[in-house]
Amino acid sequence: MSNQRAQEYWKANIRILLSLLSVWFIVSFGAGILFVDALDAIRFGGFKLGFWMAQQGSIFVFVVLVYAYIHLMDRLDKRFNLNSDADAKSNQENNEEKSA
Amino acid sequence: MSVQIWTFLFVFLTFGLYIGIAIWSRASSTSEFYVAGGGVPPLANGMATAADWMSAASFISMAGLISFIGRDGTFYLMGWTGGYVLLALLLAPYLRKFGKFTVPDFIGDRYYSKTARLLAVFCAIVISFVYVCGQMQGAGIVFSRFLEVDITTGVIIGMAIVFFYAVLGGMKGITYTQVAQYCVLIFAFMVPAIFISILMTGQFIPQIGFGSELTEAFGGGYLLDRLDGMSEALGFPTYTEGQRSTQDVFFITAALMFGTAGLPHVIIRFFTVPNVRDARRSAGFALIFIAILYTTAPAVAAFARANLINTVDNVEYSEVPEWFTKWETTNLIVFDDKNNDGRINYVGDPELNELEVNRDIMVLANPEIAELPNWVVALVAAGGLAAALSTAAGLLLVISTSVSHDMLKRSFMPDISEKEELRYARIAIFVAVLIAGYFGINPPAYVAQVVAFAFGLAAASFFPAIVLGIFKKSMNREGAIAGMVAGFSFTALYIIYFRFINPAADSADNWLFGISPEGIGTMGTLVNLTVALTVARFTPEPPEDVQAIVEDIRLPEQLLKK
Repeated sequence: MSNQRAQEYWKANIRILLSLLSVWFIVSFGAGILFVDALDAIRFGGFKLGFWMAQQGSIFVFVVLVYAYIHLMDRLDKRFNLNSDADAKSNQENNEEKSA
Repeated sequence: MSVQIWTFLFVFLTFGLYIGIAIWSRASSTSEFYVAGGGVPPLANGMATAADWMSAASFISMAGLISFIGRDGTFYLMGWTGGYVLLALLLAPYLRKFGKFTVPDFIGDRYYSKTARLLAVFCAIVISFVYVCGQMQGAGIVFSRFLEVDITTGVIIGMAIVFFYAVLGGMKGITYTQVAQYCVLIFAFMVPAIFISILMTGQFIPQIGFGSELTEAFGGGYLLDRLDGMSEALGFPTYTEGQRSTQDVFFITAALMFGTAGLPHVIIRFFTVPNVRDARRSAGFALIFIAILYTTAPAVAAFARANLINTVDNVEYSEVPEWFTKWETTNLIVFDDKNNDGRINYVGDPELNELEVNRDIMVLANPEIAELPNWVVALVAAGGLAAALSTAAGLLLVISTSVSHDMLKRSFMPDISEKEELRYARIAIFVAVLIAGYFGINPPAYVAQVVAFAFGLAAASFFPAIVLGIFKKSMNREGAIAGMVAGFSFTALYIIYFRFINPAADSADNWLFGISPEGIGTMGTLVNLTVALTVARFTPEPPEDVQAIVEDIRLPEQLLKK
């Protein structure tokens, strides 16, 4: 990596990915597949928990995960003071298009 | 008004809308043609991605499949949504930062090799063609059943429409028609689902109705308990329990997830937004829009299953409802009165069972089975067409850019002008439409299997190559090429062996580690990763300028300038 700040940014980015992907794995492959029968012992309403996780619950969690990612990355960009024009190059291109 | 008139009306109106949008959003440059000029707002791109992604398979087949396999249907549900988490976190933002036009562009530049680029072109074209044939067949089913034109005419109409707006507008036209198609398809999917949910459980939201008690008219009790009870009584597998082995479900789910993240027509959608932050946002929107359908589908599956059993089991054949007879004429419902008692015996035992119901028709027939108004039935037809056409258009664009941009401009004819490149892109779409149309009219009997093929291949070729390209700076040309070739051939050979060469051996006893051909893509991913990492260890590191590309992909502009 070219400099220390860049290195820190990349490391923080990887930490965010790893933590979110572990939740992703636990929810889908864990609750929805590997431990589905054990979770079926728990019931709420007309659902068995394992079955519900496999067919619906995991999908809700996926949506939450992607939004958590958006939020955490925004916060990371802010911490590195990148929020004003995080993507200077493409913003510039955009402005050029608008003025043209 | 009859169902047919309503259907004509909806199909006519929606097709008119798509054409109108195409004329409004003509493309004039290669950038507009390939990536809509990179100026699509995240919300619109999210909708377009959702329509691009949700194909005839998601709209027409998926809920039907789930209603016959019960809990195991989770591999479609989790596989086709969980892959978006991978796409959003591991691929979309970085590929947007890379900022070129196509997936082979990335593979070719990152692995500094014409061979890698052409290999990627080959994979992209094979995957997209396999997939587009399924779409055309889906469109054919809808046309033949609802408009009562023959499949050939139906496919030709569909092809003509796709051809018109894809050739005229390229990615720009496709994007904005896909936005419209998303609205049509989600409306068409949700309206009958809500109607049926209210009818059967009194719940307005199907996701909640799924876990609610049935109304008195349907016999009371929780829907899922009733379904388990009915399945057991008739000798079918219990609905909320799994039939396949845990490792098979695990591998199939993973293959569909990795495949989803590696499908080129989905990946290129993230090249069309203005910047990295918008790429993240649009992945979020896309997943929400997809989740609306995907959390409704298992509910629809359960409603449809319960309703079907209620309606047809042990009913006098002479008293079957009208929809039953209509679908019989398409041979998608077959009744064989084995014991000649004039009644329909619908049971799990194949010796005694007298009714075969094609899984593909469950969503299409569901509103009729539930006796919903004619306009709702017709709406489903328009939704099915929107789903099939939007995906077909996205796939055709991948095929066309692979040919005109990656093969001609970047590999064999670097001197052609932008105008010529654009002309070749349009010619390529034209040829692709003709070939896809041919397969739509003469569908290979094994379309369903072949679509699983597309996912396995994407999982075993693109997904590892792209992820390594971003996250492993020392990954080199030799490793990536060896990995893709190994993963792709391993997966292709496994599927071809069990599906085409020796279908008799296609059972759990003969599978490698009990993994079915649908799930073998996950093994392919692992083979690819292992081969790539091993080869890369013993071959030279990538050159300086390529390592700089990787830094550029990973980091925001401001951090790079230092």
